[in-house]
Amino acid sequence: MITLGLDVGSLTSKAVIQEDNQILATQVIRSKARPWESAREVYDQVLASANIGADQIDYSIGTGYGREKIPFVQEVVTEVSCHGRGLKWLVPSARTIIDIGGQDCKVIKLDKNGDIEKFSTNDKCASGTGRFLEVMGKILDLDLEQLGKKKTSSQNPVTLASACTVWAQADVIGHLNSRVPIEDIAAGVNNAMASRISVMVNNVGIERELCMTGGVAKNQGVVSALENLLGVKIKKLRRFDPQIIGALGAALLARNHSNGGRK
Amino acid sequence: MITAGCDVGSLTAKAVVMEQGKILGSSIQKVRAHPEQAGQEVLESALREVNLDKGDVGAIIGTGYGGKNLPFVNRCESEIICHSQGAVWQEPDTGIIIDIGGQDVKAIKTDAQGNVLRYIYNDKCASGTGRFLEIIAEALELELDELGEIHDKSGKDLSLSNQCVVFAETEVISLVGEGEEIPDIVRAMHYSVSHRAASLARSLEIKPVAVMSGGVAKNRGMFKALQDSLGTELRSIPYFQLNGAIGAAILAEDSGQITGDRKKKSEVGQ
Repeated sequence: MITLGLDVGSLTSKAVIQEDNQILATQVIRSKARPWESAREVYDQVLASANIGADQIDYSIGTGYGREKIPFVQEVVTEVSCHGRGLKWLVPSARTIIDIGGQDCKVIKLDKNGDIEKFSTNDKCASGTGRFLEVMGKILDLDLEQLGKKKTSSQNPVTLASACTVWAQADVIGHLNSRVPIEDIAAGVNNAMASRISVMVNNVGIERELCMTGGVAKNQGVVSALENLLGVKIKKLRRFDPQIIGALGAALLARNHSNGGRK
Repeated sequence: MITAGCDVGSLTAKAVVMEQGKILGSSIQKVRAHPEQAGQEVLESALREVNLDKGDVGAIIGTGYGGKNLPFVNRCESEIICHSQGAVWQEPDTGIIIDIGGQDVKAIKTDAQGNVLRYIYNDKCASGTGRFLEIIAEALELELDELGEIHDKSGKDLSLSNQCVVFAETEVISLVGEGEEIPDIVRAMHYSVSHRAASLARSLEIKPVAVMSGGVAKNRGMFKALQDSLGTELRSIPYFQLNGAIGAAILAEDSGQITGDRKKKSEVGQ
């Protein structure tokens, strides 16, 4: 049985094609202005990459911020369920998931069976989301990857006075103007991000293993600052892109529809 | 006794010179680099207007975000007390003051003497502050001064779904992309700020009459939106932007006795 998972996020759109217990192809693109355009493009690309036709897909599930706007999937499922399912498949011992998206942040707790026990979401405030890092990266003229690496080179990270992205931005500009080294500011930004996320994580409560999904999981600066604040190691997803867990989960959930049948 | 109040905010510095309950002179200017320098300049400019110098002033009180470190003041007072005093002096019926500043928003409940009963403020989040207006105006390529007029041209009830300034900015850009009219977006932005300010006020229980202080009150669209969101009478006060400085000058009058060296020197001089 071949299934497809499509995760249309605010910043990136992801697709995964699965056959039985194997991943046939994955694809990540930068999201377009319209969710259905993003969905179409990532869909076409992932099919091309798996070298199969649309008619070979038995069942498809859409998720993510733009999930309601995807015309060609058979079903839509919340991101929380997809992340839970995807991660459980990759890391069977996972119990707590921190998922940081382009404009939201979620903490999900799974029970022993991998079902969702508790979760908390922030999509009201840009602080603690990928957007915070994006805004700061732009001022510091660093891309997200470079921003993550600055943590290790800083001896003296700055402290940002406010969690609000707008006020923190003013703070960062102030530090730049007073010639504080970039790595100290970047480390301060990563720490601020981690501290905001840690509040949410502690509210939900940690149970090990703790894993992180979403693009920000690639930022080593935030990851290690979070580990310090939480006092718990974050389990690495080896050889697997943390950005595609939602799409993977969608493809896995699609397998429950064995009666979907080929069209 | 001649007194002065100097209110240095995050965006503008205001000074008022008063004598026996009357305003002699005043000045408002932008804060550029140093708050102390802005405070100094704005006070000098207010004094110049009425041909006085600092030696003529019996007591000076500093207030506001940048008013704490002014070298020439006798004392500092919190903005909350100053706004309360200023508002009751300007409008004796004042029950609650809404002050939308450049970096914060406050609601202050006062008694008939200008004593603070309760207050609440938000300076943790840019939503509901003047900064929200600045950022959205910039995204729309509009000047702050024209927002009020543009608001009046709105004919459609539009609202922003995001409260966070960062998300609202993106939302506004996509609204423009979807073909929504600028006046309708401007009006929606004013309501977003006023809802936030009104919910702060409501947590204190609104006591009529409400007044609005701070430079944002200049914006008639914002004023109308706030009146609507509060659901109570909102009266305009003549010196909305000088309100904090007026309150400081009034408090300086009350505390004439405990002023420092400067006062003594000026008395000797006379």
